[in-house]
Amino acid sequence: MADDNSVGAPLPQDGSARQLPSGSDRGDEKSSGFWSDLFAPVAGFGVSFSTMFRKVATEEYPEKPRPTAPRYHGRHQLNRHPDGLEKCVGCELCAWACPADAILVEGADNDDSPDGAGRFSPGERYGRVYQINYLRCIFCGYCIEACPTRALTMTNFYELADNDRGKLIFTKDQLLAPLQEGMLQPPFPMAEGMNEKDYYRGKVSGPTDGQREYVDARDARIDEEMSQ
Amino acid sequence: MSTHTESTDPYATGIVDDEAVADAHVFNIEGGDWDDLVDEATSLNEERIVVNMGPQHPSTHGVLRLILELDGETVTEARAGIGYLHTGIEKNMEFRTWTQGVTFCTRMDYLTPLFQEAAYCLAIEKLLGITDDIPERASVIRVLMMEMTRISSHLVALGTGGMEMGATTVMTIGFRERERILGIIEMITGLRMNNAYIRPGGVAVDLPPGTIDAIRDMVPKVRKGIGELEALLNENPIVKGRMVDVGVLDLAGCMALSVTGPVLRSTGLPYDLRKSDPYCGYETYDFDVITRTSSDAYGRLRVRIDEMYESLKIIAQCADRLQDNPGPVMVADKKIGWPAQLALGPDGLGNSLDHIREIMGESMESLIHHFKLVTEGFRVPPGQVYQAVESAKGELGCHLVSEGGTRPYRAHFRDPSFNNLQAVAAMCEGGMIADVIVAVASIDPVMGGVDR
Ligand code: SF4
Ligand code: SF4
Repeated sequence: MADDNSVGAPLPQDGSARQLPSGSDRGDEKSSGFWSDLFAPVAGFGVSFSTMFRKVATEEYPEKPRPTAPRYHGRHQLNRHPDGLEKCVGCELCAWACPADAILVEGADNDDSPDGAGRFSPGERYGRVYQINYLRCIFCGYCIEACPTRALTMTNFYELADNDRGKLIFTKDQLLAPLQEGMLQPPFPMAEGMNEKDYYRGKVSGPTDGQREYVDARDARIDEEMSQ
Repeated sequence: MSTHTESTDPYATGIVDDEAVADAHVFNIEGGDWDDLVDEATSLNEERIVVNMGPQHPSTHGVLRLILELDGETVTEARAGIGYLHTGIEKNMEFRTWTQGVTFCTRMDYLTPLFQEAAYCLAIEKLLGITDDIPERASVIRVLMMEMTRISSHLVALGTGGMEMGATTVMTIGFRERERILGIIEMITGLRMNNAYIRPGGVAVDLPPGTIDAIRDMVPKVRKGIGELEALLNENPIVKGRMVDVGVLDLAGCMALSVTGPVLRSTGLPYDLRKSDPYCGYETYDFDVITRTSSDAYGRLRVRIDEMYESLKIIAQCADRLQDNPGPVMVADKKIGWPAQLALGPDGLGNSLDHIREIMGESMESLIHHFKLVTEGFRVPPGQVYQAVESAKGELGCHLVSEGGTRPYRAHFRDPSFNNLQAVAAMCEGGMIADVIVAVASIDPVMGGVDR
């Protein structure tokens, strides 16, 4: 072992290597006067008495749940781009980073061909299967730190108890953020003239007319098939 | 226990005599009448009983099992039985990357998570040889977090210790004040315990806006709260009656059992790693090492109370330094520094959009670093280190062995609770059974740390 690695040995043997600091014994420092000395043994009653007039520190959960700190590590959420495409690219970095092996991701290829499965995210791939097992998750937040697209974030929601183990494995449909105002339901192609990088550069601010038309046509076709 | 001992085992409790054991009277209380049992026991004219206190006992600090041999109410022999909270954390760490290890070691002593993180990360940094490259701001934040943790741990020690003696007010005040500190820790790390906030190379994320003000707001309130605890405890005749000259362990005993922390300092030896072997720049802070000379439970109580004041002093100094130092909080070396740049948004906490733009939109090199660090982590040169920090309970050491890979070959922790717990026998034997509670509480063991 290298010499500089062996620091932290107990007391210095020769007294020269590391001098111990002089301690401060406060045994009799706080004798502050006759009266306070006299009442010191019963000073606790004063504390108890004045506490009666204070606001109680107890939290009234679940009637009044206290808000968490904004950074609180709560339930995960899978986010969307402003036009509604999913941000997750199925790269599995979150699953790699997870020290508790709580995440399962299976990626699949996006498919722009006319009869293909469609496009769910910009770029090559998307997360076809996405599960977080809340029986394993320790809420360390490594997954959100690993996610290269901000697809995965943590919200402040923490009421995750259940009496059924199966229900605590959250699937993609539970984790995926709901469509916001104006967003379209994937699958649909990327905005015209934009590529994958433009999405990450923040150039896409919402669905284009072309995308809307595509989605309308797609939904009409599905309706038709359903009614047959 | 092996019965055929010609043993040279220095740790053996005593010679076990097979015949005596076979003849021993066994009392069962299944069915029958309690009075019959009492008659049977008294007819033997023997007062000696062996009692298991714990592992499920409200006053033994978690799942500590105390095996007490009693003569009447006098403890003639005391042994600590441990292992009821064994979690295999150290072994698990051998199968995780260096960075992931933080999330494991933080769970050892669950009242002082940030100390384990600091010891572990400092040890890794020493192995990597980057101790001097850690940004100043990261070190100050580490000191700040450790000192807040020290106060919160001491408050629990006093609170639960008080509760075990029947003083509920001490507990409620202790936990009320601890809540203020946990509030700040939650604000900074997003979690109240098991934070995984200190990382190899720095800390996970910089302080959120408004933290310095919140800390400056918290310090006087907590100081006042500790003052209330002092008023309740310091001169209270009942507290003194229960604690003075109870659980005595003098300096020689502490040295023999390698006891550290408040227990050691209550004997008068000012041994504090923050002064004697500074890390994280502790040598630049102004604070005193608190000692007492009574070597008893009461002395340890006073050491803890005064140490909290010293920690508040350090926290105030940290706040000043953090205000003037905007610096980074992670080493500049892109091959080691964890790549995350967390930011809050309407969708919660996640990587900042700037970071996304950088790695996904612009720089292929950044993306490769990000990818490599997350999937496989960094490599640490072969070798071993020992790094110790002064945790709330004593010397917390981390011994790491690397064989040059992305995971530790061995990660061992010297948890102060474990060593201090060896002193139970020395403190309790010859005393009364009621004093066992006080003595154990004054050691402040946390079984998560003892068993790891
Ligand atoms: S918070 Fe931690 S344990 Fe939970 S899924 Fe993310 S990385 Fe895994
Ligand atoms: S959530 Fe993020 S890290 Fe996980 S697979 Fe999707 S894009 Fe990758």
